[in-house]
Amino acid sequence: MAVTAASPSGSAGHAHEGTYSGGLLSWITTVDHKRIGVMYGVSAFFFFLVGGIEALLIRLQLGSPESTLIDPDLYNQLFTMHGTTMVFLAIMPLSAAFFNFIVPLQIGARDVAFPRLNAFSFWVFFLGALFMNASFLFGGAPDAGWFGYANLTSTQYSPGIRVDFWVIGLLVLGVSSIAAALNFIVTIINLRCEGMTLMRMPLFTWMTLITSFLLVMAFPAITVGLVLLMFDRMFGTLFFNPMAGGDVLLWQHLFWIFGHPEVYILLLPGLGMVSEIIPVFSRKPLFGYAFVVYSGILIAFLGFGVWAHHMFAVGLGPVANTVFSAATMLIAIPTGVKIFNWIATLWGGSLRMRTPLYFSLGFIAMFIIGGLSGVMHASAAADLQQTDTYFIVAHIHYVLFGGVMFALFAGMYYWIPKVTGRMLSDRLGKLHFWIMLISFNLTFFPQHFLGLHGMPRRTFTYESGLGFEAMNLMSTVGSMFLGASMLIFIWNVLHMLRKGPPAGDDPWDGATLEWSMASPPPHYNFRALPVVHSRDPLWAADTTEAVPGDDPSVPEPHMPGPSYFPFVTAVGIVVMAAGGLTTALPVVAVGVALILFGIYGWAFQPLEH
Amino acid sequence: MRLWIGPLLALTALALGACGGPFPQSALDPASDFAWKLQHLFEGIFLWAVVVFVLVEGALIVAILRFRERPGGPTPKATHGNTVLEIAWTLAPAVVLVLIAIPTVRVIWDVDRPARGESLVVEAIGHQWWWEFRYPELGIVTANELHIPVGVQVDVRLTSADVIHSFWFPRLGGKRDVIPGHETQIWFTADSAGLYLGQCAEFCGLSHALMKMQLVAESPAEFEAWVEHQKSDALVADSAAFADGSQAFMQGGCIACHAVRGTIAQGVLGPDLTHVGSRRRIAAGILENTPANMERWIKNSRGVKPGSLMVVPELDDETVSRIVAYLQSLK
Repeated sequence: MAVTAASPSGSAGHAHEGTYSGGLLSWITTVDHKRIGVMYGVSAFFFFLVGGIEALLIRLQLGSPESTLIDPDLYNQLFTMHGTTMVFLAIMPLSAAFFNFIVPLQIGARDVAFPRLNAFSFWVFFLGALFMNASFLFGGAPDAGWFGYANLTSTQYSPGIRVDFWVIGLLVLGVSSIAAALNFIVTIINLRCEGMTLMRMPLFTWMTLITSFLLVMAFPAITVGLVLLMFDRMFGTLFFNPMAGGDVLLWQHLFWIFGHPEVYILLLPGLGMVSEIIPVFSRKPLFGYAFVVYSGILIAFLGFGVWAHHMFAVGLGPVANTVFSAATMLIAIPTGVKIFNWIATLWGGSLRMRTPLYFSLGFIAMFIIGGLSGVMHASAAADLQQTDTYFIVAHIHYVLFGGVMFALFAGMYYWIPKVTGRMLSDRLGKLHFWIMLISFNLTFFPQHFLGLHGMPRRTFTYESGLGFEAMNLMSTVGSMFLGASMLIFIWNVLHMLRKGPPAGDDPWDGATLEWSMASPPPHYNFRALPVVHSRDPLWAADTTEAVPGDDPSVPEPHMPGPSYFPFVTAVGIVVMAAGGLTTALPVVAVGVALILFGIYGWAFQPLEH
Repeated sequence: MRLWIGPLLALTALALGACGGPFPQSALDPASDFAWKLQHLFEGIFLWAVVVFVLVEGALIVAILRFRERPGGPTPKATHGNTVLEIAWTLAPAVVLVLIAIPTVRVIWDVDRPARGESLVVEAIGHQWWWEFRYPELGIVTANELHIPVGVQVDVRLTSADVIHSFWFPRLGGKRDVIPGHETQIWFTADSAGLYLGQCAEFCGLSHALMKMQLVAESPAEFEAWVEHQKSDALVADSAAFADGSQAFMQGGCIACHAVRGTIAQGVLGPDLTHVGSRRRIAAGILENTPANMERWIKNSRGVKPGSLMVVPELDDETVSRIVAYLQSLK
């Protein structure tokens, strides 16, 4: 399967080719955070391509007015699944891949706090993602939007099991996210090596910690909403039925109390990556470390107080709209502080213009645009014209693609050498960057004007004569090049796996602990745990401190043994979900039995080999 | 702020020089008091955004160009921060935001309120996928084509018959969601006569993209004439063809959902057809109102508008053309 493709077979000629060795079973039973990170990365990238293909089909349909290429039924499935896939199956797990692989290394730990729970999180995500996409094969994918507004999601207006796939799929994925978030909170708080105080933690680890808290606090809100919706659909309750005294707006509040923090769940890991990469490639410590940390915390905190800015057209009244406008604008301040600190880090540096820095700079440039359009609709009154139009589509893509995906690509180019032990081609990386940057702007910049000129979003067609033709065509052409730029990246990775030059321990002259060990790292990470005395231990190591290398005289530490039980438990959850979907009680019973068996075995299995 | 309109439009025109147009449904071309308030607010924010964009992207580009690695260049000085600078660039965006927030709050309190003073009340009811318009004070019911007098405030009360929709005429005002179980409101005074285009802006199911509407703003005198005409019962022509078509309509099952005032047709589920022949478009604004289009719509409503809830019994071609002729005569 794809997982093995990403694992170099005995690549670097190092002592640590054992990190990824073994067959399929060894991947299913692994509890090593690095292998789990690789599996998260490969499967998230796969779903990124799936979501991308859905987007390209959407763009093909909109390339010309009144096109009949894709019928509205399929179109609505595609835009629903594009949003759902990119948020839950691509960006979140891609961030999780970095959490898994990088965070334990950065804090000087041998693994996460709960390695088997970590494997469980991955398998629930992966099987849940397959479950959600299986809907395409069984009567159609969810088609009520990634936001699933009630009462369009009721059985009256969405009969069949499409929306059930969405409801149950998201409930399953929520289990994965909350388990992973708790794991990373405990890991980061408890497993930091000696000397790594909170204010010496690398920025990426900081943003992982904040993101994990966001996950733990935001997911319960959507879970409540999804459970209510599930009850409405399956057991005939009336929470969202206005005819029976239910309220459709209850859903919007529950969804966006989750949904806005979710935006920062997607964004903060990227901000963390860029905050690591810019200093390394400027050969200069991060400017204003404390301000960058605090602004991250502030963004997360404020993120819980702005949800109703998704509802300015609902008519909540001037008091609510004023408060939510003001709170939303406040977020621009810590965000601006971060941008200024990145620029100040570059200022006076000696910029090594390599691919990871290119993507980081592209991220800043695009994220500024997304932030500015964000301020435009933070203004509740101005938003009355912008909400639900292509202006918002442009905005979210400047934030989530121009922002998050550029940052994640920066992270991939930066850390993949550590993961595989081989270097990606810098030349192909820069080609990828330029095509992606230009085609991204060609795709999404015109959409601002489409929205302002009156094109609503989530429409499968538009009439000719409204002036939308030229800009839609630009956008469609741009999206094709955007898709093509991904092929360059994939080619670069495949080429690296076969012929990439060895990366060595520290190809970038990095500052943080993950660069102190072999690439790929040995399965135990550190023989002797490091002690740090500063924020940039490897830079300081040149003069004042020593990080222990992989000294063979120190015995190899014992690591937790592999286990089937996380996988079995995850399978049980998805079987139970499939049973719930079809209200087949025997299938539910089988799922519950598998879960109980998995948990029982898990609890009594000894930790070590 | 009026002074800024020129540069803004110039910029927009520049950015979109080659990007098509005209844009008959554009929010950037306001034609009512409500839409102008939003437009002025947007112009101010947009100009601030341009200033910030130029300054910050400029600083980024200067940093990239000036501090590239050069062979033999000095090792960078390891600066860790500067508290004065941090405070400065925390305060600077805060000040800009205050300057944006003040007009924002002013406009919010100006537009997020019930209509004040004399106004013409219109009830707009969202259906999957068409609009019902009622004038409770005038006793008029129509569909998909709203008529209003220029210079008179219109107070639109919004409710939904099924799922959430959003009422949006970009040139006349912002969106207001149409929510089952809630009554929402929007008001505006059109400042010039003309035909305005609108459409549903909240995803409402299969044919959301085809849920359009039109608004005719006309002089008070023309509006009065339109009202008088709409108040009257359906016209009856004294011809065999009319009697024939009328009979086909009444017996063809149409009247289960449609009403034609002054006849036995009193259905309430579908659009009122009393004066359907006088409307510019049919099928919620997606087809020109021609006999050929009407025939196409009756024969294949789900092909024209996927998921359309119109139930059409099996009718032979001749019956359909007779019904079309009848409906076309209902001017």
